[in-house]
Amino acid sequence: MEWTDDGIILGLRRHGEGHAVVELITAEHGRHLGLVYGGGSRKKAPALQPGNSVRAVWRARLDEQLGNYTLEITQSRADRMMMAARASFGLQTIAALLRLLPERDPHGDLYVMSEYILDRIDEPEAASLIARFELQLLAELGFGLDLSCCAASGITTDLVYVSPKTGRAVSRAAGEEWRERLLPLPSFLREAEVSVSPAEIAAAFALTGHFLAVHVLEPRGMDLPEARASLVAAARRMRAA
Amino acid sequence: MRRVVAGPEIERLIQLLSKLPGLGPRSARRAALHLVKKREELMQPLTAALGDALEKIVVCDTCGNIDTRNPCMVCADETRDHSLLVAVENVADLWALERAGAVNGRYHVLGGTLSALDGIGPDDLNIASLISRAHEPEVKEVVLALSATVDGQTTAHYITDLLRDADVKITRLAHGVPVGGELDYLDEGTLSAAIRQRTLF
Repeated sequence: MEWTDDGIILGLRRHGEGHAVVELITAEHGRHLGLVYGGGSRKKAPALQPGNSVRAVWRARLDEQLGNYTLEITQSRADRMMMAARASFGLQTIAALLRLLPERDPHGDLYVMSEYILDRIDEPEAASLIARFELQLLAELGFGLDLSCCAASGITTDLVYVSPKTGRAVSRAAGEEWRERLLPLPSFLREAEVSVSPAEIAAAFALTGHFLAVHVLEPRGMDLPEARASLVAAARRMRAA
Repeated sequence: MRRVVAGPEIERLIQLLSKLPGLGPRSARRAALHLVKKREELMQPLTAALGDALEKIVVCDTCGNIDTRNPCMVCADETRDHSLLVAVENVADLWALERAGAVNGRYHVLGGTLSALDGIGPDDLNIASLISRAHEPEVKEVVLALSATVDGQTTAHYITDLLRDADVKITRLAHGVPVGGELDYLDEGTLSAAIRQRTLF
């Protein structure tokens, strides 16, 4: 068995004294692990940092085996990840969320979004991009939100709430009576907007966090990633500054 | 079938030695043979030293360093600068900084870095005790001397967040060209970090 694909390093674990098991999100083969010979060495350490993009060749005798990776770095981002807190937390959040996907299950859209976000991870827009990424992750896991029209009236304008039970959008007029129980829907999750306020970012993370927790994490006995809370706090601080 | 050439005691010695870092079964066999040959000069003192160390080694309650006394020699040293607290990943890093003689402060050993893949969270590290020590009135600066890896720096950012309300200066080690390093041989990440953190000449 052998394939070649583009990927992003999500993490690595030392294996024995000199080797490493590397976890990638790949364009066509999903989240995939493999052994890198000598991956624990000082020589290979700079290349094998989370966030770096690689060209990966995977080989194994049988498909179900862990297999070996030969990795060639195509884009080094590790230094940018290390500089800013929001970049570090953003990367760790994306990696933790991608680990919710089953192994070896292709999710090309999430790979493309990950590349796009990591290229802008230290820019102010990164937090809003990660909120959109969470929305896409929910959809790919089968728990997508329906933000196209109001669940009560069917109208497609002035959608400002989401039902925490059904995940469907609710218009301002229809949701007025139950607004305490509904989740706010920031407009940038429906339309491409250049400027996003800190309150909208916080509302977006509260929205996606609710559905991630209820549908994905709680059934697995897990909590939202610790880095996610740090990312939200860092984004809030940066915009306040 | 593999023939056993030595008694079970020697085989066990070889097996245990092969578990040490850097030693495989062959080198463990050579080391065991060397010990057997030098029983009086090496094996006996080594056995005594291992026994002594096993009996006396303790983890310092204050900083997490390994020593034969508690508090450790570094924490008990009154000549050290008590205003400077250096957080390191593990004891090997503390020893490396001490070998270099680069810093005269006190240390705090975290016991690793945050790693989602390995399931290491903040509660698995000595972060709470570091925060508590950083709030001591005599501490003026906390140096986060953690690895220049994404996991190491994520840990540093996490600690920085927790120290936000402490009245201390928080610093971290510079990243860039190592002493004796030639630019041609450096990886892109190191070069990029070195350029970003360039200083006035």
